[in-house]
Amino acid sequence: MKKTLVSTLALLASAGMAHADGVLNIYNWGNYTSPELIEQFTADTGIEVTITDFDSNETALARIRQGGHGFDIVVPTHSYVQTWISEGLLQPLDPEIVTDRGNIAPQWVDVDFDPGREYTVPWQWGTTGIAVNTSVYDGDINTADIIFNPPEALDGRINVIPEMSDVMAIAIYAAGGDNVCTTDMDVLRATRDMLMEAKPHWLSLDYGTIDNYVAGDILAGIYWNGATMRARLQNEDIAYGYPATGYPVWMDNAAVLADAQNTENAMIFINYILQPEHAAMLSNFARYGNGVAGSEEFMDADMQSAPEIVIPEELVEAGRFSPACPQEIQDIRTQIWTELLQ
Amino acid sequence: MAARDDTERHGWKWLLSAPALLVLLVAASGPLMIVAVYSFLSPGNIGGVTWDFSTEGWFKVFFSRDIFEPENVSWNWANLTVFGRTVWLSVQTTLICAFLGFPTAWFIATRTPEKRALWLFLITIPFWTNLLIRTFAIQELIRGTGMINTVLMALGIIDEPLQLLYSNFAILLGMAYVFLPLMVLPLYAAMDKLDFRLVEAGYDLYASRARVLWHVILPLVKPGFVAGSILVFIPSIGAYVTPRVLGGGRTMMLGNLIALQFGQGRNWPLGAALSMLLLIVVMAALVFYLRAVNSEEGKRRG
Repeated sequence: MKKTLVSTLALLASAGMAHADGVLNIYNWGNYTSPELIEQFTADTGIEVTITDFDSNETALARIRQGGHGFDIVVPTHSYVQTWISEGLLQPLDPEIVTDRGNIAPQWVDVDFDPGREYTVPWQWGTTGIAVNTSVYDGDINTADIIFNPPEALDGRINVIPEMSDVMAIAIYAAGGDNVCTTDMDVLRATRDMLMEAKPHWLSLDYGTIDNYVAGDILAGIYWNGATMRARLQNEDIAYGYPATGYPVWMDNAAVLADAQNTENAMIFINYILQPEHAAMLSNFARYGNGVAGSEEFMDADMQSAPEIVIPEELVEAGRFSPACPQEIQDIRTQIWTELLQ
Repeated sequence: MAARDDTERHGWKWLLSAPALLVLLVAASGPLMIVAVYSFLSPGNIGGVTWDFSTEGWFKVFFSRDIFEPENVSWNWANLTVFGRTVWLSVQTTLICAFLGFPTAWFIATRTPEKRALWLFLITIPFWTNLLIRTFAIQELIRGTGMINTVLMALGIIDEPLQLLYSNFAILLGMAYVFLPLMVLPLYAAMDKLDFRLVEAGYDLYASRARVLWHVILPLVKPGFVAGSILVFIPSIGAYVTPRVLGGGRTMMLGNLIALQFGQGRNWPLGAALSMLLLIVVMAALVFYLRAVNSEEGKRRG
């Protein structure tokens, strides 16, 4: 009865829009969703999937806030999840359909951005570190100096991803801060000065397509581990370093939008990616870990031992999860960031 | 009598344009008003605005406060640099397009009518391809492992690849390439109407080629230059895709700076103020061009 009511309402609400029962619209980062997984999902459930890309958390948030977007699932980064929830943009997962939250690896269940995983499930998690072309540079790769105080060989051939939270975290740690939301003005000032002095030595602030690294246009940069691995698989000179001073760990999470038009299909998809074999497909495409227990055995063999995935023991401690910062600190970080991007 | 009839008949006819006027009012002025209002509000949490009046957005367009010493106010050289680069690159793009467009249009206008159609058709071919794809094609040409560098290295002219990508030069090249047809077409239209007897008359009066060009042809095709310059300069000022792809995010133009404020910069009021500034620049350019045309016509009448 409830279902009939819901679908009748949905039909009324979507008058004039193409709305078949077997449809699902996903709003996700570009080049991030395994096409194989989507194919299999459609084969298994008969639900046709459409994927739309976004290029930053801010873009995604702005578009969903406007309403009328037609998306069902969104994949925000952990530090934004609280904003999404508190603004009422997400709906709690339906325990009737999303039955396999028990598959989430224990360390990813009681996360501070969504305790008990009421709204989100893990999509992919990874680290942000340093990608280096070792054919021109044979020094230590586990240092942020490569970016902020670049050696001769890399000077002017460095790319920094224009992702504020990642870059600010690495910079604040390198400048001596112990917390990405530090209130220590001396550290923030040192961070700003360091970034401004380093910028002339960079080539670009771009999402740095993987092929620029492969072709050698870019010789080093701040980059994500999975993307670096995808580059290394095409050019074995590329290595991934973990800055010893500190580097951010992040997780992107799938959630169902409050104004989703295909809620049931969205819940089915959420539960689908909690199955270890499906989560492994996401990882085999994007080359990041996924946070679902038991998925390792379904992952490609080269993922098990990849230096981009397996963090060297002595550097595990340096990896830290970045929380969302309080507004007044966020303002200063944003100001530093805009000054840098100009 | 006939004239009065006309007036009577046309008197109420402007009402026919009411639907179009209404659409313009709502669809063009409406959003513009929102942008204008937003530029006087305060930034919200991760994008958006809060409804508190503030002139901080406009202040930040021109001035910057040191983050750590708020009383220390200076010119915002970062924004002003982007602004200066935008105007300078747009002027250069317009000049390059005019310089390359004039001989091209002249060539087409002096063919036989059947051949003109073919040449005009060829000029429009780039429009068949999406702007983004054409821009990426330029990127492929000038990148370190691209065609230009490969050829130059194979010829032994250079030893290591030139850094062409992600520079002002790359943006200029991309914009000149993309906007060239917009200069050629109005120039051609002006030359098409050119009375070639005047050119012959110039020669008959013993004017040199240079004098004919300068005193006869250029003044006659000036409206083409003005129209072409408007068509090239204004989209150049607001260019987004070309500097985004070829400037690499470090070499920004105004359009990129605005997009940044609405995205990762999280400062919508500043973005709105910059958008209004862009509008003001475009209006100023239009007024400048139109006055250039009008003064010329005034002279001719007098």
